Amino acid sequence: MTTTIGDGDHFSLHVNGIRCEVTDSWLGESLLDVLRDRLGLLGAKGACEQGECGSCSVMVDDVLVCSCLVMAASVVDQPIVTIEGIAPIDAPSDVQAAFVEAGAVQCGFCTPGLIVAAHDLLERLPRPSETQIREELAGNVCRCTGYGRIIEAVQQVAVRRAGGGS
Amino acid sequence: MTVVERVTAPAGAARPGTIGTSPTRPDGVAKVQGRFEFSSDLSADGCLWGATLRSPHPSARIVSIDLSAAWQIDGVETVITAADVPGAMHYGLIAQDQPVFASEVVRYVGEPIAAVAADHPETCRRALEAIVVEYEMLDALLDPERAIDASHPPIHPDGNVIRHQRIVCGDRSATGDVVVEGTYEIGMQDQAFLGLEAALAVPDPGGSGVELHVATQWLHEDRTQIAACLDLPVESVRLVLGGVGGAFGAREDISLQVHTCLLALRLGRPVRIAYSRAESFLGHVHRHPATIWMRHHATSDGEIVKIESRMVFDGGAYASTSSAVLINAVTHAQGPYRCPNAVVDGYAVRTNHLPCGAMRGFGVVQACFAHESQMDKLAAACGLDPVEIRLRNAMRTGDPLITGQPVLNVAPVERCIRDTAALPLPDTPVGGFPMEDGALDVMRLPGGAGRTADRTDIVRGIGWGVAIKNLMYSEGFDDYSTARCRLADGVATLKFATSEVGQGFVTIAPQIARTILGVDDVVLDRIDTQVGSAGSTSASRQTWMSGGAVDAACRTVRERLFEHVGRTHDVDPLRLVVDGTDLVDTVSGWKMPVAEASAGVVIDETVEYRHPATGELDENGQGNCHTAFAFVAHRAVVDVDPELGLVKVVQIATAQDVGRALNPLSVLGQIEGGIAQGLGLAVMEEIIQVDGLIRNGNFTDYLLPTFLDMPDVVATLIEEPDPHAPLGAKGVGEPPCISSTPAIVAAIRDALCQVDGVGKPLERVPVRPSDICL
Repeated sequence: MTTTIGDGDHFSLHVNGIRCEVTDSWLGESLLDVLRDRLGLLGAKGACEQGECGSCSVMVDDVLVCSCLVMAASVVDQPIVTIEGIAPIDAPSDVQAAFVEAGAVQCGFCTPGLIVAAHDLLERLPRPSETQIREELAGNVCRCTGYGRIIEAVQQVAVRRAGGGS
Repeated sequence: MTVVERVTAPAGAARPGTIGTSPTRPDGVAKVQGRFEFSSDLSADGCLWGATLRSPHPSARIVSIDLSAAWQIDGVETVITAADVPGAMHYGLIAQDQPVFASEVVRYVGEPIAAVAADHPETCRRALEAIVVEYEMLDALLDPERAIDASHPPIHPDGNVIRHQRIVCGDRSATGDVVVEGTYEIGMQDQAFLGLEAALAVPDPGGSGVELHVATQWLHEDRTQIAACLDLPVESVRLVLGGVGGAFGAREDISLQVHTCLLALRLGRPVRIAYSRAESFLGHVHRHPATIWMRHHATSDGEIVKIESRMVFDGGAYASTSSAVLINAVTHAQGPYRCPNAVVDGYAVRTNHLPCGAMRGFGVVQACFAHESQMDKLAAACGLDPVEIRLRNAMRTGDPLITGQPVLNVAPVERCIRDTAALPLPDTPVGGFPMEDGALDVMRLPGGAGRTADRTDIVRGIGWGVAIKNLMYSEGFDDYSTARCRLADGVATLKFATSEVGQGFVTIAPQIARTILGVDDVVLDRIDTQVGSAGSTSASRQTWMSGGAVDAACRTVRERLFEHVGRTHDVDPLRLVVDGTDLVDTVSGWKMPVAEASAGVVIDETVEYRHPATGELDENGQGNCHTAFAFVAHRAVVDVDPELGLVKVVQIATAQDVGRALNPLSVLGQIEGGIAQGLGLAVMEEIIQVDGLIRNGNFTDYLLPTFLDMPDVVATLIEEPDPHAPLGAKGVGEPPCISSTPAIVAAIRDALCQVDGVGKPLERVPVRPSDICL
């Protein structure tokens, strides 16, 4: 699809269901930088600038991406969902709640990216095996937890969504 | 699947949110919603960006610095160098030997030379490129042995040997029937916290002071060093903890703190600096690479008679905590085993490599890889299995270290080993379970999705590691923590300067207050320097030290509450106790809810908690230099493809001496997270430097364990409350990453030995594929 960008340094993005005007950007700017520095959406984190750690994970057109590797101006017509759009502030999602309950959060820097990735995983694979959880989330690095409690949290959500009790 | 067993369950059902339960983190919801403010998320009105110019050379004389082109770039507000530092020109945790900005010589690749402030990071980048520095190359000191033998001229006025310490204990001429030795190497590991260095400095009007929001491990120590460099009274420098995205030792030293403040004060405007990943690899200290020769003498039945060791730690260009890291290494040379005789010689030296300092395990990681590799050699030489050799030598409470210091703490070494051995081995077949359709699950093979390992080649090995780790600070340091507790209308407010770096002190502090005071509502005040120092979040010390301070503050408040109730209700305060959420008269049985008893009163107490003083080491390394000790055992199971040199860690079993698990879920998080870092050092992580240049300072080339690398962990918490600990609880953060590394390497050796009956020595970590297959 060919996209026409607005007046050079001015375009708009569809973020969390809202059309956001981006001004003062330059065309090569990453989606991560635009989200954080232009739109004030600080939930996505930058930790490697190379797509290796997943801290900046967001959904673009229902595909999980590292926003540090996506040019913002290349996704002007596509719906973007960030951690801020996952669930309302006063009603955390089941994945968010499970991360807190299961001890899947320590420093929390990787957490927003992992929440987005875990939602994506459970949408595509409602009953993932442990190996599938490990493989699907392997693009998200956590330095604190050793991953055990995160796997536990994802498994808990899968069981609950399947009606396996609370 | 992870199995957790608590050997000693707490008596009765504890009240939710109190000690022994696992309440959720108070910052948990904000973190899962992306609302938690990390230091890199902070900004202020009119805020400028700062950036740092760094040396591209490991050793060079600065001939000239030309800033003129940088000043002329639109948007550049200021450019500063060493000439703009108003106070102390150097900082450092133990010795102040590191320049704020290099002015005469540069001593490592990445050393700061100048800083700029501008309207945008991109403007900063262009300004740094416009600064012209003329260098005269100097011969770089890159071989630690040349620092020791003095064959290289001093690269710093303080000399090339940062510290030399020997330990001589017992009969130095003693020998054993069995003698084994080896030379072990440990690579440079990076803490690789995810939340990059970032700070926001806001100057006071007129430049009379500054407020710095920063991710750090020790606010007050930062403040002391910053104030000296700024030439300001310490009270004019206020630090506020910016959200910390992990630390692991890398935030104990100054990185961007002074630069950010200097720029802000110079301009009278807020300035923030945020490092990139590449800059972070240069901007903080790392785990010391080390070479350790070790020789064990033992009786023919495996009882250790003497250890000899020579340890060389490469401290890089500046001292940081190298001298303390070295002392940890030499004093832990024996491991958790009885050892009557020892001759140990240790050096921490200066080179033109990246500066090294604190990382989780702090010198003991290196020593443990050596002594545990030796224990396996000793076992083989004595015809014993690895478990038996360790049980025969296991240290007990009261046994002396080679420093002469008796281990007075609970020392359940034998139990750590036996309880680990009792944990189930993995039921996973070699090469992993097949998938539902019967096909091979390649993700569980060594090498993973590369799909290169052949299942028929894979060999499974089992290995052991056991460790002792000192807790808190050593060698006479005045180690204390401060906490303030305010009780009003049934609500307790806690104030402390304890850095929350992810470990969960913000969870256990309220647990302590709920337990001691019988309140349910606990509010945490901002973490800043408006209360006394808490010391560093390091050395596995905050549960003991800041936990002890919160405990003591709450107990003091409780005494005052008892006195108040005694006066107002005509009860003897000495008969009052807190039971659940009630005040109870132990004689009459009269009771009153704490919330009611504290209605209308405000009790506010600040307490400093100190551990007993420690001593210095004498020239023979004798002295009671450490505060307390914790113990742990690890058993690793690995699958190895010996043809390709690929390793899959299948399971780690561990029993850890935790004293008392204040929050079992947090303890488990520390155990699993620490094991991941131990695994990283065993088979993945190393900063590669060639001629002083870092070659893999990014996350594509510096490999961190992912979900697929991390094995199942089965853990037993050994809860024997330590009578010396204020809450019976030992620090739990470091032990998991110490003996997990040698356990994994031992398991690889075991697998390789099964292949040809000989195996490979694997005396270097991280173990590389070529070490296995070539």
